[in-house]
Amino acid sequence: MGYTAMQGGLSAIKAAEDLVRRRTLGRRRHALDPSEVAEKMSLGVDRVMSEGGLYDPAAAAVALVQAEGDLHEASFIVRAYRSTLPRIAYSIPTDTGEMRVLRRITPAFQFAPGGQLLGATRDYTQRLLDWRIAEPGSFAEDQAEPDACRAEPPVFTRIADLLRAEGLLPAPNESSPEPDDITRSPIVFPASRSARLQTLARAETGSITAFGYSSMRGYGTFAHGTVAELRVGLIPFRIRHPYTGQPVKVGEVQVTEAEEFTISPHRHPNAEDVEQFALGYGLVFGQNERKAIAMAMLDRQLAEGGGAMASQEEFVLMHIDGIEATGFVEHLKLPHYVEFQSILQGMRRRRDRHAATTTEREAALV
Amino acid sequence: MSSVATLVAQNVTPGRGAYNFGFLDETTKREVRRALLKAVALPGHQIPFGSREMPVARGWGTGGIQVTLSILGPDDTVKVIDQGADEGVNAWNIRRLVTDTSGVPTTTDSREATIIQTRHRIPETPLRDGQVLVFQVPMPEPLRMVEPSERKTRAMHAQADYSRAWVYLYEDVVRRGEISHATGYPVMVAGRYLLSPSPIPRWDVPKLNMADGLYLFGAGREKRVYAIPPHTEVVPIDFEDYPFYVESFPDRKCQKCGAEAVYMNEVVLDDGRHAFTCSDSGYCDSRLTGGVE
Repeated sequence: MGYTAMQGGLSAIKAAEDLVRRRTLGRRRHALDPSEVAEKMSLGVDRVMSEGGLYDPAAAAVALVQAEGDLHEASFIVRAYRSTLPRIAYSIPTDTGEMRVLRRITPAFQFAPGGQLLGATRDYTQRLLDWRIAEPGSFAEDQAEPDACRAEPPVFTRIADLLRAEGLLPAPNESSPEPDDITRSPIVFPASRSARLQTLARAETGSITAFGYSSMRGYGTFAHGTVAELRVGLIPFRIRHPYTGQPVKVGEVQVTEAEEFTISPHRHPNAEDVEQFALGYGLVFGQNERKAIAMAMLDRQLAEGGGAMASQEEFVLMHIDGIEATGFVEHLKLPHYVEFQSILQGMRRRRDRHAATTTEREAALV
Repeated sequence: MSSVATLVAQNVTPGRGAYNFGFLDETTKREVRRALLKAVALPGHQIPFGSREMPVARGWGTGGIQVTLSILGPDDTVKVIDQGADEGVNAWNIRRLVTDTSGVPTTTDSREATIIQTRHRIPETPLRDGQVLVFQVPMPEPLRMVEPSERKTRAMHAQADYSRAWVYLYEDVVRRGEISHATGYPVMVAGRYLLSPSPIPRWDVPKLNMADGLYLFGAGREKRVYAIPPHTEVVPIDFEDYPFYVESFPDRKCQKCGAEAVYMNEVVLDDGRHAFTCSDSGYCDSRLTGGVE
């Protein structure tokens, strides 16, 4: 019944880790094969790369297995791994017009140059639970080759360029300054567009979707923009060669890109310039269409500003990172008895003072 | 400017699974140290830094860990405490991160440590010259209680405009008859910056004033470091008629070592009785093994 001093913290941790390891290995005593996870749970792996801020499908797949499928935890493991990697070079900006396209749609036009390329999507599939997946050998007859890129990249005119040609969308700002990097200098407010886009690109998918959704339901400046174009594909990744100084392609990354047209509600009645659309931009690692679209929406919401939550850059950008949000929320599991003792003393002191004054008051009434 | 080849030669770790001394790469550690130098030069001023994600979750001490790992050398001896205790699971987890990636020795005796990383306590034995206490800071901004916007609080610090913090204390007195702010009590540093000392109890606040050791504060999620250099004046803000006071444990003695006049943990026993022990476990152990009065 006596008081037991806190001891054995390390053995407690190790026992907890052992239990987790048993769950990861399961009854069959082996972990899932990460290469199979990378191939068949690629959308989960893509989320981990995007929120973890590291393009490394192999590492993301290992993290997903290690985290027992917890996407937040897997992204966190990848972020921590990222901290150990020295930054040895900066890539050269890529024109996403070079994308080897796997999927490209434009909701803005029924038909546009290049057409609609659905690619691999569940958008028009009935979401019926497919029990055949649980039956061994169900798909043994299926000899289809896995999804492959076209050898020749299809040429797609940018939908945005169609409107630029008509003078309805401003030309892209060619004189863009050196971008901020929020992983090296914390974001400051008002935030530059590059800091805003980088923060949104690493955002937690659920959070960014909720903020975007709120802006569509009246808590935003634009009720409903128009998605100009959504693309999924592979873009080249180049650095400058350290000796020759020439650009060299060192690989490809898969990305999802979304562009959204919006009209500002704040146009001045006496404005003399021609009214134009503005373009919201979203670009995320892997295939993650809801995140790219929500990013494009919030890009514009935050540029326009306003009173709604989704338009306030500090509110959105400071709370949208999954690693930071889950970490701080879950830190409430840590012991807080030092603080609670201090709080408890205050409550007891005020209780005793209240009792004393009540007694005095009652005594005075008698 | 460094060429890619030089950086590769300096920094690339040998394959996956190998980690640099102190986990972080050398460029990152240098970056954190530069921020810390600036923090020491401007006592109490919050310095932004490129806070990295650590293998410990945000909000679980990543700021303190980055500070500790960035100043750590092979000759250091490290002590890690959580809520005053060396044995806490989070203290253990941070300690083994430090030792696994650096191999430096650790201690539970605060007198033997060159670097002490702490969550929400200052050891009972005063720091001596040359010792560094690294605080884990959840919310570095002392004005956050009155102003949620970082843009605005930065302006308030720049103008030394702390009027709303005083109004906050005044309203507390009106509502509760006292300044109830329990832990993380706001202090003025060197007469210039208002600072949050992290959620240490009031008990520890006086130890910040004119100390012999160096106090470094790291807030990982909020990406700020700040410092109280040795021999710096640190004053809790209060009113003449409502002066600052600390927690008290009248007639309480540590159940284990018999210490009085220390910050205590209150524990509820299985039979419902309340017992008290030293919050500073290293201090308690030193008293039991002799060596500390």
